Amino acid sequence: MQLRINQKSYEVDADADTPLLWVIRDDLGLTGTKYGCGLAQCGACSVLVDGNVVRSCVTPVAGVVGHEITTIEAIEADDVGKRVVAAWVEHQVAQCGYCQSGQVMAATALLKHTPAPSDAQIEAAMINLCRCGTYNAIRTAVHDLAVQPARQESA
Amino acid sequence: MNTRNAVLDTPLGEPINLSRRRFLASTAVGALVIGFGLPLGTPRAYAATPNAAERGTQVPAFLEIRPDGTVRLLSPFMEGGQGTHTAMAQIVGEELDADPATFIVEAAPPGDAYVVMENGMRITGGSMSVRMSYPTMRRLGALARAMLLQAGAEQLGVPVAQLTTTPGRVVHAASGRSLGYGELAGRALDMPVPDPATITLRDPSQFRWIGKPVKRLDAYDKSTGKAQYSIDLKVDGMLHAAVQHAPRLGMTVGSLRNQAQVEAMKGVHSVHQLPGAVAVVAERWWHAKRAVEAIQVEWLEAAADSTVRAMPADFSSDKYRDFLAAQQGPARDDENEGDVAGALANAKTQVEATYHNQYVNHAQLEPPSALARFNPDGTLEVWLPNQAPDMFRADMAKRTGLDPAKITLHSPLLGGFFGRHFLYDSANPYPQAIALAKAVGRPVKLIWSREEEFLRDVLRPVAVVKFRAALDAQGLPVAIEAVSATEGPSEAIAGKQGDKIDPTALEGLSGKSYAIPNKRIAQIYVKGPTMLGYWRSVGNSLNDFFYEAFLDELADKGGQDPYELRLHLLRDNPRLTTLLKAVGELSGGWKRGPYTAEDGSRRARGVAMASPFGSHAAVVAEVSIENGQVKVHHIWEAIDPGSIVNPAIVEAQVNGAVALGLSQTLLEEAVYVDGKPRARNYDLYPILPLSRMAQVHVKIVESGEKMGGIGEPPLPAVAPAVANAVAHLTGQRIRSLPLSRYTFA
Repeated sequence: MQLRINQKSYEVDADADTPLLWVIRDDLGLTGTKYGCGLAQCGACSVLVDGNVVRSCVTPVAGVVGHEITTIEAIEADDVGKRVVAAWVEHQVAQCGYCQSGQVMAATALLKHTPAPSDAQIEAAMINLCRCGTYNAIRTAVHDLAVQPARQESA
Repeated sequence: MNTRNAVLDTPLGEPINLSRRRFLASTAVGALVIGFGLPLGTPRAYAATPNAAERGTQVPAFLEIRPDGTVRLLSPFMEGGQGTHTAMAQIVGEELDADPATFIVEAAPPGDAYVVMENGMRITGGSMSVRMSYPTMRRLGALARAMLLQAGAEQLGVPVAQLTTTPGRVVHAASGRSLGYGELAGRALDMPVPDPATITLRDPSQFRWIGKPVKRLDAYDKSTGKAQYSIDLKVDGMLHAAVQHAPRLGMTVGSLRNQAQVEAMKGVHSVHQLPGAVAVVAERWWHAKRAVEAIQVEWLEAAADSTVRAMPADFSSDKYRDFLAAQQGPARDDENEGDVAGALANAKTQVEATYHNQYVNHAQLEPPSALARFNPDGTLEVWLPNQAPDMFRADMAKRTGLDPAKITLHSPLLGGFFGRHFLYDSANPYPQAIALAKAVGRPVKLIWSREEEFLRDVLRPVAVVKFRAALDAQGLPVAIEAVSATEGPSEAIAGKQGDKIDPTALEGLSGKSYAIPNKRIAQIYVKGPTMLGYWRSVGNSLNDFFYEAFLDELADKGGQDPYELRLHLLRDNPRLTTLLKAVGELSGGWKRGPYTAEDGSRRARGVAMASPFGSHAAVVAEVSIENGQVKVHHIWEAIDPGSIVNPAIVEAQVNGAVALGLSQTLLEEAVYVDGKPRARNYDLYPILPLSRMAQVHVKIVESGEKMGGIGEPPLPAVAPAVANAVAHLTGQRIRSLPLSRYTFA
């Protein structure tokens, strides 16, 4: 089957029910997307499918044929994603970093749909787990990103 | 800056002069001091370990300076989020005179050259890395700078006394000439290392990077998926493996009912029997996992002579707490001052209470993995998460019969650790990965699924603590007794060592600074059936909860305000008095409540303190009740680690410790029923999500006292501060964790 990942086409030989995560990691060698739980609980495997955040560990690869998949490796090619990464670095969000690929994807998806999210919207969208406890830095970074469009408009 | 996997690209020993590296004899491992699963009381015979004067002086073993001036530092400590690689770059860079931003830091291989801590150990744990190596790592940077100066003198043909440095350059001011470190490194690192006694360290008032919020070196790579962890690694010809463990530790493989069918499953290379597990090796991990989970294994009960701690079929964590509570002794005293029995007998008021805690898992986000490769020359290479490379290599040597010198151990970034990656028999995947690589004759990367991880993770111990205290006529405590029925993690791992108390069992009950004249802290040692391990802040994570919550009970019983009572009991301790006042001020002045907040919620505050790992912490928590559960709005934390290297990382570590502290307080626990963990994944083992994180306010108090730890010390005071606030708000004194077991009105 053919997959569209990060604006490139890949011919993949995988069973239809193989989780997208393992195709991305083991077949394509894109290891920025992480395995954490395999059960859509932690969000470390988050990728974008047509701009929506998806847990790749429970997404059968056959289901995303014909869709545009974005992984963390290409996140800076996305305008919103690039700003998210910059904010993550600016606010020194990462500690161990293992969950942060997924956090960046989740934040990117949130800001694409809701450019200026409220606290409640951040809490509803940023549900990826972080064992290091970077939550306050994440919240601060997302809030910081939320105000930037307004700044640009007024500039 | 660069946390990519240079371990695979750059064979260790190639660009670095490791010729003088000596290897720890496997016997030396048992000579390390207590506290990390090592035999208690073993003589500290360091035959192969450099003495204190020599530690951290083998400059070429640590540093490579590349032609572009980039400094590659091999760190004795593993980076797992705590920021130690950035701290090492700051410390070495300060004395080397090189901007930390020009550093690439990777974990050093095993070897006694990297034993740099003042206690003679090499581990990443106990919040020890910076505080135990600070002077040595500064001196290392200064030694390297002296070598660069000497090389510059030779190259420029001027006396070394005429040279100085600016960041990354040796400068001859008189002639205006200068040379970059990268141009001098080849010559410099071949020079003899100067006598450490000739080295002068920089005056702290001149620090450019130590003490400053220097940006983490790994922030960008970790925000873009470029950082690589053990689980991400790949070598040529590698196969993938997955395992299915026995449902209870100690059980062994009887037979495989469907081995032929599983072997015929798509992608399967081979099926293997291992001690207490079956494994499937495949070209892809997904195929390995699916196949191994399809194996129908007939498991046999543990043999009487089983070498592991066999889990009984009827083990229940709830019933085990009742069992601990019923233990009458004998107890061994860790602290015994004054006359506790007399003070209790004559007390105006006696207070008694029994507390307990829960088992918890590490639940670090990166599932354990190990990649093993036997090379054609008979050497073994293993990539794996670990907090103690020499101990791991010694264990591999023991298991394989290989000379340690034939084992290369790589230590990639840790996807969280919190104590998970110490040497725990039966809880690490590398013995299986090595066995499988040997069996199939190809490199094997074994990943434990999240479910297998929850099945084999070691647990933070449980304790049941019985308190008794005496109050005088003014309602002030004059005696306190705590008897804990428990097994500490060190004695669980290393085996009970005679009459010696395991300090990791009682820390947080012992070592309190309050001026209570009569006190007794004792342990009833109870060997349990679960595999135990270290969990961030170790014994303090439970014991400070017990003690500080009970102290609030004493305050209430004696009609004292808990904050004022603590100030009174610390009246002769200026350091802790300052700290407690600092957290009071940080929170806008101590007010216990209850009061109505702007949003209409009823709130109250609690206070607690803890003094783990050489640092001191004081916490004020503000809580309300929402839908019957506790909501923590704010955590104010003042922490005194003596002095610090990076305030931004300290603040991040406080945030992280608060998150884990809140997680164990509010919602997490490992429950065992019928010898099995109820939770095998995060669905039944909830950990703190963003929506339940409190706002955290940090005040760093630098008292100038001896440097303490920072990764763990901010954690233990969180639980009691929250429980104390809840008790005041609701009138319900909760004496166990997590609070999710209760409903509040």
